[in-house]
Amino acid sequence: MRIPLSWLREYTQLPADASAEDLMADLVKVGLEEEDVHRPSDTLSGPIVVGQVLSLVKEEQTNGKTINWCQVRVVPEGTEQTLTGKGIEPGGVQGIICGAHNFVEGDKVVVTLPGAVLPGDFKITPRKTYGHVSAGMIASSRELGIGEDHDGIMVLSNYGLDPEVGTDVFELFGLNDQAAEINVTPDRGYCFSIRGVAREYALATGTSFTDPATTISVTEATEAGHQVILSDDAPIYDVPGCTRFVTREVTGINPSLPTPRWMASRLQLAGMRSISLVVDISNYVMLELGAPLHFYDADKLTGAITVRRAAAGEKLTTLDEKSRELSVEDLLITDESGAIGIAGVMGGAATEVGPSTSTVLIEAAHFDAVSVGRSRRRHKLPSEASKRFERGVDPHIMDIAAQRAVNLLVELAGGTETSKVTDAGVVPADTQIQLPAGFAGALIGVEYTDEQTITALQGIGATVAQNAEGFLVSAPSWRPDLEIKEDLVEEVARVVGYDQIPATLPVAPPGRGLTRTQSQRRRLLQGLADAGLTEVLTYPFVSEAQNNMFGTPEAGATVKAVSLANPISKEFRFLRTSLLPGLLDTARRNIGRGFRDLALYEGGLVFLPGDQLGSAFLPPLGVKPSDEVLADLYNGVPNQPWQLAAVFTGHEASAAAGFAPRAWDWADALDAARTVADILGVDLEVAQGDHQAFHPGRAATLKVAGEVVGYAGELHPALLKDADLPPRTVAMELNAAELMAAAPQVVVAQSLSTQPLATQDVALVVDQHVVAGHVLDTLREGAGALLEDITLFDVYQGKGIEEGKKSLAFGLRFRAADRTLTADEASEARAAAVALATEKFGATQR
Amino acid sequence: MSDQTIQEATEAELNAPHPTDEAGINAAVQAALAAIESAGDLTELKDARLAHTGEKSALSLANRQIGKLDKSEKAVAGKLVGGARGRVNKALAARTVVLEEAEAARILEEETVDVTAAPRRRRVGARHPLSVLQDRVSDIFVGMGWEIAEGPEVESEWFNFDALNFKPDHPAREMQDTFFIEPADAHLVLRTHTSPVQVRSMLQREVPVYVLCPGRTFRTDELDATHTPVFHQFEGLAVDKGLTMADLRGTLEHFARQMFGKDAQIRLRPAYFPFTEPSAELDIWHPGAKGGPRWIEWGGCGMINPNVLRAAGIDPEEYSGFAFGMGIERTLMFRNDVPDMHDMIEGDIRFSQHFGMEI
Repeated sequence: MRIPLSWLREYTQLPADASAEDLMADLVKVGLEEEDVHRPSDTLSGPIVVGQVLSLVKEEQTNGKTINWCQVRVVPEGTEQTLTGKGIEPGGVQGIICGAHNFVEGDKVVVTLPGAVLPGDFKITPRKTYGHVSAGMIASSRELGIGEDHDGIMVLSNYGLDPEVGTDVFELFGLNDQAAEINVTPDRGYCFSIRGVAREYALATGTSFTDPATTISVTEATEAGHQVILSDDAPIYDVPGCTRFVTREVTGINPSLPTPRWMASRLQLAGMRSISLVVDISNYVMLELGAPLHFYDADKLTGAITVRRAAAGEKLTTLDEKSRELSVEDLLITDESGAIGIAGVMGGAATEVGPSTSTVLIEAAHFDAVSVGRSRRRHKLPSEASKRFERGVDPHIMDIAAQRAVNLLVELAGGTETSKVTDAGVVPADTQIQLPAGFAGALIGVEYTDEQTITALQGIGATVAQNAEGFLVSAPSWRPDLEIKEDLVEEVARVVGYDQIPATLPVAPPGRGLTRTQSQRRRLLQGLADAGLTEVLTYPFVSEAQNNMFGTPEAGATVKAVSLANPISKEFRFLRTSLLPGLLDTARRNIGRGFRDLALYEGGLVFLPGDQLGSAFLPPLGVKPSDEVLADLYNGVPNQPWQLAAVFTGHEASAAAGFAPRAWDWADALDAARTVADILGVDLEVAQGDHQAFHPGRAATLKVAGEVVGYAGELHPALLKDADLPPRTVAMELNAAELMAAAPQVVVAQSLSTQPLATQDVALVVDQHVVAGHVLDTLREGAGALLEDITLFDVYQGKGIEEGKKSLAFGLRFRAADRTLTADEASEARAAAVALATEKFGATQR
Repeated sequence: MSDQTIQEATEAELNAPHPTDEAGINAAVQAALAAIESAGDLTELKDARLAHTGEKSALSLANRQIGKLDKSEKAVAGKLVGGARGRVNKALAARTVVLEEAEAARILEEETVDVTAAPRRRRVGARHPLSVLQDRVSDIFVGMGWEIAEGPEVESEWFNFDALNFKPDHPAREMQDTFFIEPADAHLVLRTHTSPVQVRSMLQREVPVYVLCPGRTFRTDELDATHTPVFHQFEGLAVDKGLTMADLRGTLEHFARQMFGKDAQIRLRPAYFPFTEPSAELDIWHPGAKGGPRWIEWGGCGMINPNVLRAAGIDPEEYSGFAFGMGIERTLMFRNDVPDMHDMIEGDIRFSQHFGMEI
């Protein structure tokens, strides 16, 4: 909402020298947030005056254009020019070239003299052009930044103006005025009016306030008024769509009269275009009193007005000339010819006021916020009216606003008020709220006196009666947001001032610190960073193809995924089932920026819908749902486990003089997964991998206790090519949530043997398809309890080894807890290990 | 032994001074000392040692002849030759130390590298600043005895809106720019704030409840310099007997000082949120703000609306509570002068890496 200061000043004691910034600084205290300043004089300055065209000579130019060489008087005849400066004629008559042709000799126009600056930092200086020195410019409203006029320059008689030559245009057009733009929260619909903001200003500053509603004397309703029938047979949430409908009639309107400048300039400062006098009056009253009005051309109406829900299939051509299919939920204004408006949203084209309108029927009605909101959304027709109705309009203001419009139509448009006054419907009783004594203080932590409480509540317009329990408060009619005692507490607290609230620090009961899962997650995230990886956070929006590639090991399978109804991009409307698409995108972005050696990781949720997606029943607010309903809500939320993934591409470091860094390979991806498992103390089983996104021969399936928890290895070359990523890019992804759950609760400490170590090596020849991990596990099993550790230190194929076989060399470390092992004992254990390997794989010693 | 050696040995024996020949012995000593002194490295010194103390050296040969002398001569010769050999050995030892030191120095000199040419062999990793900041905030509250609560990102509409007193048709519900999950009648959304965790916490914990809920949130904003559709918030919730708005202010003030130093100030401005009544906007005084000290909008807060307590089965006549919420991106933006949201969300490794452990 934009508040022109001159307008606000009519109802409050806003100091004459206050700026928009000053006003905003006061309003912010009561909760109206500052947004912006609108001040024409910030972009428009210098001598800009009313001039009269004395002579106008049309000169045809070689380029085909005709220009006007004008002599323009800018000080009254017989008066001295007081301005000085380059290009200012002491005689008061300026020679000016003008390209527009919508004016004649004798017209009064706006002259921007040399020294003036126009919006866009356009400086006016005398300049040689078309064989003359043009000392100034005859301006259009567009050039002044006060309108969108395309028809040429401003001819002041068209604006109903005949000011004296030399008149300051800033004064004439209200360009010295300024507006403060404030943000109005959805509970404060009344602040979409000068009336409401003026009240808040008075509250914020303690100055006086005149309610404009009390300054208007209203003509009583009569039997002769236009017939109005309120007939809502399908109220939403049992609230009737229209509770009150006031009509007034004004005849004899002269539609050719212009909007007075003071009104037009206020409307413009308030952010609305000046359209025509009649429409401007309607908007002016809405801005002033907060009541959206609708004006009908009374001659185009057919019989009684009925407010009702639309019938199936009903249509209406709205003011914007669009034919709209109506919904049976739309509340309509109808006459005997059919629909003439969607209540509170937009009127119909057929009954619109126009240049030929002489009798206006004014509608000032109160429509239900929900009904208006739904129609507005349905027809995508946000308007100044719907904005106000949705936030609540004062049901008491209808007749007053209508009267204000009548008065203006009479005063400015030459109209005559008639006695046809209708006031259909009812004004609901004001909400009564009991505020217990001391409650406000107990909730805020400030001891408010009774006087403070009463003054604050009266300040917002409430009526307060003290009773045995405290205060019986009758909420003001323009505050539908005030429903419960806590609402009143906020009013007291904000009027007295939030800055009066002290600071006390409550003591929480002894806490348990981070949960096990929270600590685990931190350790994992930090552990991977310590291992040299960089954490990134990616968006969870992926395509169906990405989910089907990364979300399942099986090629061609469709992954069950959650999709968005209103995604940012239609292609990426699914929620991720794997972190890898986001990581690969991020890798590609970094490579594009010249960072080719990367090790990235992310920890985050993936979205795995189960059989139940969501809950059909949405319980009401303000009540704890039953256990069954709650269980249904919980169950409907998809499983969202926390996963960890990493991507490596390029080298482990950048190449440098005397240093050839190692290229990342499949084993690095596996190593990252093992780092995760080691941090948690979980045994990670590594098996030859099988996942469509990975190289079929260079990936591992990772398991814990036989359950698959992830994959690691080189990404599939075809996939990398498609994704425009370097060959040999490797990755891993783990269901970290499962790993964390598998971590031991308590680790029983091992006793550390200080007995000497005995080492034995063994080289086994096996079939080339036997995986080393299995042989290693077998040796470990066969070697028994004396084996402390075993490592694979060489894999060999070639000379000396039979075709189709390979040699695996293992180092075995033996140690006993209680004695020095003899060579025989170690050899025996080694032999047992080999025997088992021979039995299982046909391994032979090399 | 070759014939030549025998010959040479013989020749050397012939040339050796007599053990009582003081002049001869001294000459041999002088020759030895000269050779030792002139040895330039340990190899030359070894040569000198062999030449002048070896079996075939003049002094050794002289020494060997002592045994053949008369008893009277033996003592003189012994003293003479022994002293001579002692002087030579001492010189040898001294020279050895000097040459060994020189050798060590030479090796060190030779091994000198240009340290400024050293490559970075190990990449330094980094956590994302948003993730670290989230931990930092959590730690401050854990230090106050609060606990950390979390919830799902795809959330039931009831937890995201209704339980938080957003009426079905209220404009506030639209202001949240919600991502809806298909189909609409599943009543699922991407949570627009971390507030649903408040309700889950109240339902699942015993009062009193003091929890901080950090996490990822979603709104349908296009990505630009100050907006992102995916962002992070942290939300605090306290429910206890007799909690007041002064307690809220005290908590926020304590937190602000932990985050921004002891001179940090906060300001509360009246505001509107469906889930709190009274409600306030929270501003923080940022002395180090770019363009001069000023108030910066930090988040929203207020006393929990009784309808929210009721939705969680808590009697608002017995308990009261407060809640507050801030954006982590926003906090990082003004705390560390991050000029553009893109830097935080694009995953450019430079962004994470240059923070070190500052947060």
